[in-house]
Amino acid sequence: MKILICISNVPDTTTKIKFVNNNTAFDIAGVQWIINPWDELALTRALEIKDAQPGIIENITVVNVGLIDSEPTIRKALAIGADAAIRINAEPKDTFFVASQIAEVVRKESFDIVICGIESSDYNGAALGGMLSEMLDLPSVSAVSHLDVVNGAVELKREIDGGQETVATQLPFIAIIQKGIAKDARIPSMRGIMTAKSKPLTAVEPIAADLLTEFVGFDLPKPKAACKKIDPDNVRELVNLLHNEAKLI
Amino acid sequence: MSVLVYTENWDGKFKKVTFELVSYAQEIAKKLGTSVVALSIGNVNDEQLKALGNYGATKVLNVQDDKLKWLNNQAYTSVVAQAVAKENANVIIFAHNNSGKAIASRLSVRLKAGLATGATAVPSSFDPFTVTKKVFTSKALGNIVIKTPVRIITLLQNAFGLIESKVEVAVEAFQPEVKDSELKTVVKEVNKITGKILLTDAEIVVSGGRGMKGPENWGPIEELAALLGAGTACSRPVSDEGWRPHDEHTGQTGKVIAPNLYFACGISGAIQHLGGISGSKCIVAINKDPDAPIFEAADYGIVGDVLKVLPELIAAVKELKAQ
Repeated sequence: MKILICISNVPDTTTKIKFVNNNTAFDIAGVQWIINPWDELALTRALEIKDAQPGIIENITVVNVGLIDSEPTIRKALAIGADAAIRINAEPKDTFFVASQIAEVVRKESFDIVICGIESSDYNGAALGGMLSEMLDLPSVSAVSHLDVVNGAVELKREIDGGQETVATQLPFIAIIQKGIAKDARIPSMRGIMTAKSKPLTAVEPIAADLLTEFVGFDLPKPKAACKKIDPDNVRELVNLLHNEAKLI
Repeated sequence: MSVLVYTENWDGKFKKVTFELVSYAQEIAKKLGTSVVALSIGNVNDEQLKALGNYGATKVLNVQDDKLKWLNNQAYTSVVAQAVAKENANVIIFAHNNSGKAIASRLSVRLKAGLATGATAVPSSFDPFTVTKKVFTSKALGNIVIKTPVRIITLLQNAFGLIESKVEVAVEAFQPEVKDSELKTVVKEVNKITGKILLTDAEIVVSGGRGMKGPENWGPIEELAALLGAGTACSRPVSDEGWRPHDEHTGQTGKVIAPNLYFACGISGAIQHLGGISGSKCIVAINKDPDAPIFEAADYGIVGDVLKVLPELIAAVKELKAQ
């Protein structure tokens, strides 16, 4: 079984968000870059399955659409345990464009499972997996919180509002994963970091593809009014404010 | 031309967000000089379907097909695409939730229509078609231009609200083609959490963090929630420790919610948590650390021991309810 995991290179989730060029571009000064948290969990889960059932998964490849500066993040994925990496040398400006690039990779080299995080923590597109599956005419299961391979068949659970469904699918398919798929993201070991250097990271040029959307500007949310503090010995006052001032209870 | 809304029901009743989507679509339709058509898939009764007219839908396409009993991304996308063609829709609205994201993204490719996900308001401009959406997990807003003639939007829940505008509504049975070749996923089993308010539908949410000290202390959280008709949630460490189920985890990597009122009990307010709750209209924080970042995000705050404050809060709410 071969697995492809789509990874996005995003600012660390604790980054203070600022914009430059008259609020048209994200300020990357001093930003630490990480593997998108959902993608990292997907990779962790794929490795857990690979380790638990030797021989079932022969290869885990990660793919990223990004310029050369995303390579440290891709190397981290290799250090965590991916076998190979592909970087498509283009700026990931629009999800349709990114999906077009990754679809091309899947068309050339077949994979049994393609895994995407449900969204990326930067532009929150939340559309890559769906777009990819439609481009490839493959089934997709979204909001997957449990993924396993049992007797050669894929076992899946997905989150629905107020519950969970167990879903069976034909292969190949696209899993769009949600939190819960793995408990904690795996941390690269020293050996992993050393071996990552010799694992294949192939850079390929993008194919021609349309951009259907474009960001033209950004805003920071308006600063909130200061928090109204209530004396802990007068909790009744909070209820009074919520009832009479905020009119919410 | 028309604005098409993908509605969602839960056990035959429309989710709250559905009425919000119709309200939102009506606002867009007014500006475009067109009308709102809603698409309903599943077993929803006539009274419910007609209720969509209260928010501005002039037509409801009612799809009932056993093959569509469960959400199947591929087949559902086909159904929506057929409705788009039938109604000549040029704007299609979904909720920014699991099913909305799953179908909207596929539809974007099927129709080659640009997609803006997580919209927070009606388009700020119709030419170019510009939508404001959340970015950096609600830490900022981005203005995204959709460059195609057909546009798809997923609306962030509770970002727009409900606007009543009663119109005459026609319910029409719609039988789209459902190909077996598009039914490659099958639901084997469903585990529904019953007797609990849908977290994403809840107007009020009571949420606990590590400051609650342990799962044995959750009684007051549940009691307060029950008193207020609220949903219960928790922070990430709490669900990771197994004190509470994962479906309660709110935050950047958990559920993103936007209730009218959010009680953060013993939650310090890490930036990842705030990312999941910052859409809340009003935040109440109870925490013993006066420097906890949650107070930066909160509207009302009590600096104190949450385990002592909560029983008093419950007593005060009971007093209010008794009045």
